[in-house]
Amino acid sequence: MVDLTSNTGGIISPNPFWLASAPPANSGDQIMRAFDHGWGGAVWKTLGSPIQNVSSRFGGLNYRGTRAIGFNNIELITDRPLEVNLREIAEVKKRYPKHAVIVSLMVETEEEWRDIIARSIDAGADGLELNFGCPHGMCERGMGSAVGQEPTVNERITGWAKKYSTVPVLVKLTPNVSDIVPHGLAAKRGGADGVSLINTIKSIIGLDLDRLVPEPRVSGLSTNGGYCGAAVKPIALHMVASLAREPMFGLPISGIGGVANWRDAVEFLALGSSSVQVCTEVMLRGYRVVEDMIEGLEGYMKQQGFEKLDQLVGAAVPSFSEWGNLDLNYETVAKIDADKCIGCHLCVVACHDGAHQCIHPDPAGQTFVPHVDESECVGCNLCQIVCPVPDCISMVEVDNGFAPATWNEHVYEGAKLRPKKGVH
Amino acid sequence: MATQLPDNRGEVVFEDFKPAYTDAQAVTEANRCLYCLDAPCIDACPTGIDIPTFIRKIATGNVRGAAKTIFDSNIFGMSCARVCPVEVLCVGDCVYNRFDESPPIQIGKLQRYATDIAYAKGEQFYEAGPDTGKRVAVVGGGPAGLACAHRLRRFGHAVTIFEKRDVLGGLNTTGVAPYKMRADKSLEEVDWVLAIGGIEVKTGVDVGASPSLGELLADYDAVFVGIGLGPDSPLVVDGETLDGVMGAVDFIEEMKLQPSRFGGVRHAVVVGGGNTAIDAVREALGLGIPEVTMLYRGTEGGMPGYAHEWKAAKVEGARALWQRQPVGFEGADGKVTGIRCVRLDDRKQPVADSEHVVHADLVLIAIGQSRLLDQVAALEGVRADGRRIVADEAGFTGHPGLYVGGDLKNGAKEVVNAVAEGRDAAVAIDAHLSTSGQGA
Ligand SMILES: Cc1cc2nc3c(=O)[nH]c(=O)nc-3n(C[C@H](O)[C@H](O)[C@H](O)COP(=O)(O)OP(=O)(O)OC[C@H]3O[C@@H](n4cnc5c(N)ncnc54)[C@H](O)[C@@H]3O)c2cc1C
Ligand SMILES: Cc1cc2nc3c(=O)[nH]c(=O)nc-3n(C[C@H](O)[C@H](O)[C@H](O)COP(=O)(O)O)c2cc1C
Repeated sequence: MVDLTSNTGGIISPNPFWLASAPPANSGDQIMRAFDHGWGGAVWKTLGSPIQNVSSRFGGLNYRGTRAIGFNNIELITDRPLEVNLREIAEVKKRYPKHAVIVSLMVETEEEWRDIIARSIDAGADGLELNFGCPHGMCERGMGSAVGQEPTVNERITGWAKKYSTVPVLVKLTPNVSDIVPHGLAAKRGGADGVSLINTIKSIIGLDLDRLVPEPRVSGLSTNGGYCGAAVKPIALHMVASLAREPMFGLPISGIGGVANWRDAVEFLALGSSSVQVCTEVMLRGYRVVEDMIEGLEGYMKQQGFEKLDQLVGAAVPSFSEWGNLDLNYETVAKIDADKCIGCHLCVVACHDGAHQCIHPDPAGQTFVPHVDESECVGCNLCQIVCPVPDCISMVEVDNGFAPATWNEHVYEGAKLRPKKGVH
Repeated sequence: MATQLPDNRGEVVFEDFKPAYTDAQAVTEANRCLYCLDAPCIDACPTGIDIPTFIRKIATGNVRGAAKTIFDSNIFGMSCARVCPVEVLCVGDCVYNRFDESPPIQIGKLQRYATDIAYAKGEQFYEAGPDTGKRVAVVGGGPAGLACAHRLRRFGHAVTIFEKRDVLGGLNTTGVAPYKMRADKSLEEVDWVLAIGGIEVKTGVDVGASPSLGELLADYDAVFVGIGLGPDSPLVVDGETLDGVMGAVDFIEEMKLQPSRFGGVRHAVVVGGGNTAIDAVREALGLGIPEVTMLYRGTEGGMPGYAHEWKAAKVEGARALWQRQPVGFEGADGKVTGIRCVRLDDRKQPVADSEHVVHADLVLIAIGQSRLLDQVAALEGVRADGRRIVADEAGFTGHPGLYVGGDLKNGAKEVVNAVAEGRDAAVAIDAHLSTSGQGA
């Protein structure tokens, strides 16, 4: 049996799957149902002074017939009375003592922070998450990403929270910055026990083409929303990994952004997250998705020989490096499996128009299987990416006789590079 | 020209065998298309429709553009979407057929989706070209003749269609199975094609009787002949003139254009094993005839009709008698009561003492159609090979100004072939007229 117990800066949960602070974690009834489905923790929908939301809040990005590969929203923090939320937090903790209940908070003044932290902890919060990330509405009021984008403000408010909290404090970072590292370091200086990232990305999801108004449309207007869902995973992974490999940082991370299945979760964990949070996939498919997430993660860990979650956390971080450390003499070429090829020629057009013109229709016209001119193939992977048939195109390593040499070794030590391919 | 058909035609009992796509179904299917480069489906289409391009346009919601891509190659895109044997053409060559068990893209249904929407919206994509002063006669108002006429108008030539019947559309109107397309749809298409304007239509004109082909060649700058095939070939056995014995193509035409008079039939036998025979079997079943049997001289594996069509016929209740040859008919009061048959062996030779009677009160002969080669072949420079008029790829016969296309040229293929040949002949005629100097 593998042990999925997760520890994020002192917040312990039976597995690393948490609901992110968002509509699926809006109320006690919902969170208890989620725990019944198997979720290990939940970050309560951000508390603060209750707001008023607009009608028409979400937009979806569709691609080639797949709905909502990206998602955005213009809703604000909780619109429920604070007392109701606190009462329900207490109820959930009473009934689910082993599950992690983290309370997300967003207020303005030090007094307000002190007050709401005390009341959250009284209600039974296992941890706090400071929402420094919301990119719409709240930031115009000097909160959310307005805080997350200013390292000094971030540090100061994190300091207040630490001063008044007796439970672990996570700082939820906004991705709407050019480099995440200074913001993670600011949270660390403020005393945070860990960080959560990413919150949503400033976005316009699309236009209503008949009215020429962005979505989601509120009467005749819209505004920038927060982007999330499967499409943002690459951005989130990069930010998580950038902090995880930063030697000055070293805090636990709760990874968020586009987690839709156990494979995504493995990626976040291996790149340095101790837990993962999910919002959009639950909004689109419901709490029930967690069953497969848990099974899939367990199966993967068993197969790979990991017994405890900690062994997986950060396992891929050392392989995330600088471009200058990559071996320029490493060479691959595309190989097409003639038995699997169906002759769609997508690799031909992609290589011809989008890469290095080395894949051609069979010159003899005898077969529909294209021909790879290996002497020209730069090993870019584009053909493999467009091929619709699994395992039909593989990128095969070539022994070119050159010893490994990085750009840094070339520049600083004169290491010898192989001749360039595909340059005309 | 007749454009109104009786509402109580025999064929109106038939529903579409392949139902239309909804928007959602069409977009879902379109998104499955891989958008191949040099796609084999295009090569498999006699009119060479850029199939991946029109499908991608459906996927993005550019349905008008999808229809335009179709019509650019095939002005009969609406009917071809319904009547083409896609299983052996585009769909049969979809690369998905090579991909494990993945179902091929339903190209016909997608084409129907795009073209139906264009029709419903009254879209018209083409205008006649500037008047060239040249005049072309088109003999036969079937798919070949109409496709030729339409393309000629785009070039700006004046066109007159001479059609023997009082309806246009050829076998698309009078022959294709109603569960693929009913006659009124074909006439709707004819109107849509003629909407380019400037095509004069003369129906009820039997070219050959009057005027003769020679007269047309003298009066016009060029002549295109697309008269298709002649009447059903007879068996030439005793009793063939009995009431209740008829040609299958005649039966189909009657069912498609006139009120049904086959209500009382108990047992129909269709003689033949080709596609017309299978259509007639399925149509007889669809009209409610309780027992319908196909009687073929070869074996099931050797029949020339499409396997997918025969399979559908069997599902609908068709029976078959293999390796039988009719040698005469039995009748009472001038009406057929049965077919005298012999059994054939594997070399299609009669088996001794095997004569027996198969009961039938309707017999449809579907052993092929006669050829209308004589008057065309009689012209100087024209050759016929017994099945068809010999012509080059573009339909030029060798006789100056005389072009052919469709079943007359290819010996009987599909609507889509006739459309391609009519279109290509128009291109050749245009080239001929542009180089042949001013005036006739
Ligand atoms: C029963 C049956 C079912 C078929 N089903 C299908 C199908 O499902 N799908 C498919 O793709 N194909 C089908 N076909 C084949 C298809 O209909 C033909 O290949 C196609 O119609 C040929 O077009 P055409 O223009 O060459 O000839 P036709 O469609 O035969 O048109 C010829 C026209 O010329 C006219 N004509 C003839 N003689 C003269 C004359 N002397 N003067 C003036 N006009 C004349 C005729 O009245 C007719 O209108 C079917 C054929 C038959 C017989
Ligand atoms: C409708 C909606 C409301 C959200 N509300 C909050 C919120 O109140 N507080 C917060 O910290 N994050 C909020 N988020 C951000 C999510 O918690 C999460 O960080 C982001 O959606 C990325 O994760 P995902 O790709 O799994 O959706 C919200 C997201 C959505 C879609």
